[in-house]
Amino acid sequence: MELTGAQILIKMLKEEGVKNIFGYPGGVVIDIYDELMKSDIRHILVRHEQGAVHAADGYARATGGVGVCLVTSGPGATNTVTGIASAYMDSIPVVVFTGQVPVHLIGNDAFQEVDIVGITRPCTKHNFLVKSTEELAHTIKEAFHIARSGRPGPVLVDIPKNVSTARIKYKAPGPVKMRTYNPTYKPNKRQLQKVVDLIKVAEKPVIFAGGGVILSKAASALTKLAQRARIPVTTTLMGLGAFPGTDPLWLGMIGMHGTYRSNMSTAHCDLFLAIGVRFDDRVTGKTDTFASQAQIVHIDIDPTSIRKNIPVAVPVVGDCKCTLEELNEMLESVDLGDLDNRRKPWLDQIQAWKSTNPLAYHQEETIKPQYVVEKLYELTKGEAIITTEVGQNQMWAAQYYHFDKPNHFITSGGLGVMGFGLPAAIGAQIACPDRLVVDIAGDGSIQMNIQEMATAVQCNLPVKVVILNNGYLGMVRQWQQLFYDKRYCCTCMEHAPDFVKLAEAYGATGLRARKPEEVEEVLKKGLSTPGPVIMDFVVEKEECVYPMVPAGAPITEMLLV
Amino acid sequence: MLDADKHVLSILVENQPGVLSRISGLFSGRGFNIESLCVAVTTDPTVSRVTLVTKADQTIVEQIKKQLNKLINVIKVHELTGSEFVEREMVLIKVLAKPEYRAEILRMVDIFRCKVVDVGAEHYTIEVTGDEGKLQAILSLLKPIGIKEIARTGVIALFREPK
Repeated sequence: MELTGAQILIKMLKEEGVKNIFGYPGGVVIDIYDELMKSDIRHILVRHEQGAVHAADGYARATGGVGVCLVTSGPGATNTVTGIASAYMDSIPVVVFTGQVPVHLIGNDAFQEVDIVGITRPCTKHNFLVKSTEELAHTIKEAFHIARSGRPGPVLVDIPKNVSTARIKYKAPGPVKMRTYNPTYKPNKRQLQKVVDLIKVAEKPVIFAGGGVILSKAASALTKLAQRARIPVTTTLMGLGAFPGTDPLWLGMIGMHGTYRSNMSTAHCDLFLAIGVRFDDRVTGKTDTFASQAQIVHIDIDPTSIRKNIPVAVPVVGDCKCTLEELNEMLESVDLGDLDNRRKPWLDQIQAWKSTNPLAYHQEETIKPQYVVEKLYELTKGEAIITTEVGQNQMWAAQYYHFDKPNHFITSGGLGVMGFGLPAAIGAQIACPDRLVVDIAGDGSIQMNIQEMATAVQCNLPVKVVILNNGYLGMVRQWQQLFYDKRYCCTCMEHAPDFVKLAEAYGATGLRARKPEEVEEVLKKGLSTPGPVIMDFVVEKEECVYPMVPAGAPITEMLLV
Repeated sequence: MLDADKHVLSILVENQPGVLSRISGLFSGRGFNIESLCVAVTTDPTVSRVTLVTKADQTIVEQIKKQLNKLINVIKVHELTGSEFVEREMVLIKVLAKPEYRAEILRMVDIFRCKVVDVGAEHYTIEVTGDEGKLQAILSLLKPIGIKEIARTGVIALFREPK
């Protein structure tokens, strides 16, 4: 069978089960688009290539599968970099296909030529420049394999124009065999036995779960462990939803904007079970004092995460799901004693921390942003897929929307990309057409990829955007208020568009609330209106996110409301 | 012997374009240090050996080894420690060879068992192979005579086999 490179690409995508591609055409990928049109793969035309990658990222997170992008060379490729870097930091499986100038022109500074493989080397899990059509099929297969296995991540495949146009005798690639890449899924039994022994004697244990639990689909195994051994659970931002946010053992999020009880539990626990996390600085604060009274167990599929930032007593390299399932099995035959009595002092202490310093805000005459998120939680019964932008909106979403299930909270955690939420919501909505998808945004960050409203309208995607509009780049303003003597330099967004009119200009619906009593009505109306909706909530201008741990301080040194 | 904080890593990698860039990018991007770096193909034409010397404390070296292993094109990372390996480096030294110094230079070449590989009107180019200590010794002895320039290969090393 003779096939062109473009035909091979589409064939391989179908073999990988790809149903949706987010992309933007250009000169060197016309041949690929020409073939794509003939296939039944849906192409979602974004308005900026950054949006394509965030959308693929949101799609991957909502489905637990791989997101796919297709863009052209040069600026098309460079526009994907922020999206790729975000997916890399959050370990999201995305495969990005970039067009490239023909092989004979590479290095000639040709029109729309850029060394995208060189540019993305440090922010992809791996990347490829395909130099001949013969290599294309197995390279694509390897790309998907690398993206989704082990610790997932973005993979970029750069395809020169002549590689997609050349016609070759197609030979189906065999199974992927890589001598250099073989992630460890199965944990070491002896290490696990040490974990069991520590659980047996721990009086004040805490589970600390991260995005790895969601990525490896280990949420139910984690819940089982927590409930079996009666261990309270905190998570990272990326781990929200890995454990039910309404469970009595739930501590709330950890870290800079974590709950008081979560940070205090971490500081006072005697066993700290870290699962699928990487001890980011926003989590640990000052590392010397972090969980300093605890034996730390660290379970992660990526050996580089272990002992990178925090010394660990028991390292376990393995997939979270495999490891937790095996751990649960081992615990079945272990006598943990009368857990009701054993855990009482510890859980009482946690309850006391919760009562003295709960998450709180004071509703006054202006709308409090927290109130909007709380109302949204109530009205959606906690069942919406929430995406966020970055900054205060993201933290309030994390604090006041409670996630009971994984894959419901989609946020740019590691890289912190403003402009992430709307395209990610589009991706999630494509993945889950029947679900309610809400982007919780700020007036600053929504403007970073607002052009994707056109994508939502064109594809008739009913994404809802909740703008917490305070007229500031709120998180930076908060730092300026707290640590820079209120010198609000360049954080006031004096000229914002009228978001209601803007929504209408895109062909969407725009709504606005100015007073607390209008919040519920606008939310109800917005959520029940078909098609994309922007809801603009004019909120308290100088509200801060609390608790807050100043950067680099121990996480017990919290500024409280 | 190496300094306590100096580590020799022997890295087998796929012999492909861009692999060296992944390794050097890893070091620069994460703030690790490269003292020397040597790359050449092995007897298997699809595999190259990178011998890399870095200065770091033990926890950082552990992290370096893990990060190298994580690179998709890296096949194997070994740390060569203690006396379990042989280490060699070559240096070419262009030394000022005025008539009054020539005899002394040649005597030193003889003592250090190295050789003169090029003779100019006023210069000798000397090839020296050895461990770091030997190279340092001859360099400091030749310095007062006048070294014009040097080129060093960086360290290469292999495990010793059992006796």
